[in-house]
Amino acid sequence: MQQDALIAELQNGNPRAFERIYQLYSESTYGIIYSIIKDEKIAEEVLQDVFLKIWDKAPTYNSDKGRFFTWVLNIARNASIDKIRSKGFKNSQQNLKADNFVNILEDKTSFAESVDSIGLKKYIDKLKPVCKKLIDYLFFRGYTQKETSEELDMPLGTVKTRNRMCIEQLRKIVIK
Amino acid sequence: MDIQEYINSGILELYVYGALSEKESREVTRELKKYPEVKAEVEEIEEALMMLSKAVAPNNAEHLITTIKEKLTNVSPTPTRKIPVKRINWVTYSGWAASLLLLIGLFLFFNRTNNLRNQLSSARAQNAQMEQQIADAREDATNAKELLAVIRDKNVTRVQLAGQEVAPNAYASVYWNATENKAYIDAAELPTPPRGKVYQVWSLTMQPLTPTSIGLLEDFETDDNKVFSLENVNQSEAFGITLEPEGGSETPTMEQLYVLGTVAAP
Repeated sequence: MQQDALIAELQNGNPRAFERIYQLYSESTYGIIYSIIKDEKIAEEVLQDVFLKIWDKAPTYNSDKGRFFTWVLNIARNASIDKIRSKGFKNSQQNLKADNFVNILEDKTSFAESVDSIGLKKYIDKLKPVCKKLIDYLFFRGYTQKETSEELDMPLGTVKTRNRMCIEQLRKIVIK
Repeated sequence: MDIQEYINSGILELYVYGALSEKESREVTRELKKYPEVKAEVEEIEEALMMLSKAVAPNNAEHLITTIKEKLTNVSPTPTRKIPVKRINWVTYSGWAASLLLLIGLFLFFNRTNNLRNQLSSARAQNAQMEQQIADAREDATNAKELLAVIRDKNVTRVQLAGQEVAPNAYASVYWNATENKAYIDAAELPTPPRGKVYQVWSLTMQPLTPTSIGLLEDFETDDNKVFSLENVNQSEAFGITLEPEGGSETPTMEQLYVLGTVAAP
């Protein structure tokens, strides 16, 4: 209920609600953007744009259509994809070392306090290759179920059930 | 509906990802409002995903909030403005008259800004509504276009399935694209299945008669166009649809065969 009220306040244009939303969602949004952009400076720029968009478009968010987090997620992915397709970006990016969230997590040495980094690293180590792909496509890149099924050559229903198994393992680690 | 089964189907994860169609998402939202278990599950999935993406972020980005806040437009609570009041050295009466005038003026001024602000916010809401309607209409049109493209494809064989003993008036069509291994089932003329039952589609090969399940017509009631897309890799010679307990069966329940039709020889 608190969350709903906060979002309603944001939609009314209350800057304090915006600040709170930023605290709650900026870090995970930054993670999504970074997983696509893979450049810290540019990802920061995109993060700013994304939150300005969240502010401007907040009145169009409709809770019947899905979670607020999902709405934010979509804005972040779209902005990131627009960015990497833009001309200036293509020219500036030659050294993309990390491929997806798995590589990023493997290479990362410092984590926020709230993150169980040891647990996460173990999770990544044990994660089946198919799970890595499913989570990368569906969560980080925002593919639809159908696009994922075509990309991985896997029936639609299997995408659904397999992915659930992958996320259940994650939940065991991060939810205390 | 079996809640546990619904949760285990994996649809809620796709919901949080935003990987479902708008229609499917709305349906999940309805279930979420009805069943607290579903809501709790969605919240936990969301929390886990937030943790995962947080871990991917290079840093916490807290310092950016000041820059972002400076760029915000349409911030609603306007700062109180001080209106300079000139002290007029006049007779006391005219002083009172002046402040009365000022008061009236102020009142009118605030009234007007208030009206403007209301108009602005209702225009904003209307805009949002329009955007929504346009988006919905666009999605409907795309769906219709996709369907048409499927039916027009030259590789598509249409198989008519006629009603059988249990449902003589039932009727369905299969649009089978053997090159893409896709079968589209148009089930608009099938009766709504009773609670706890689901239609299952079978591909049949003759001599010996072998039925192979190619899928379920899930969420039948809520599917508006009643067209379902299934994978079919079989060399089908006929198609049949039976009514089965939720989750489907290994072999078809022949007493509950609703419609059946053979593929015309090429």
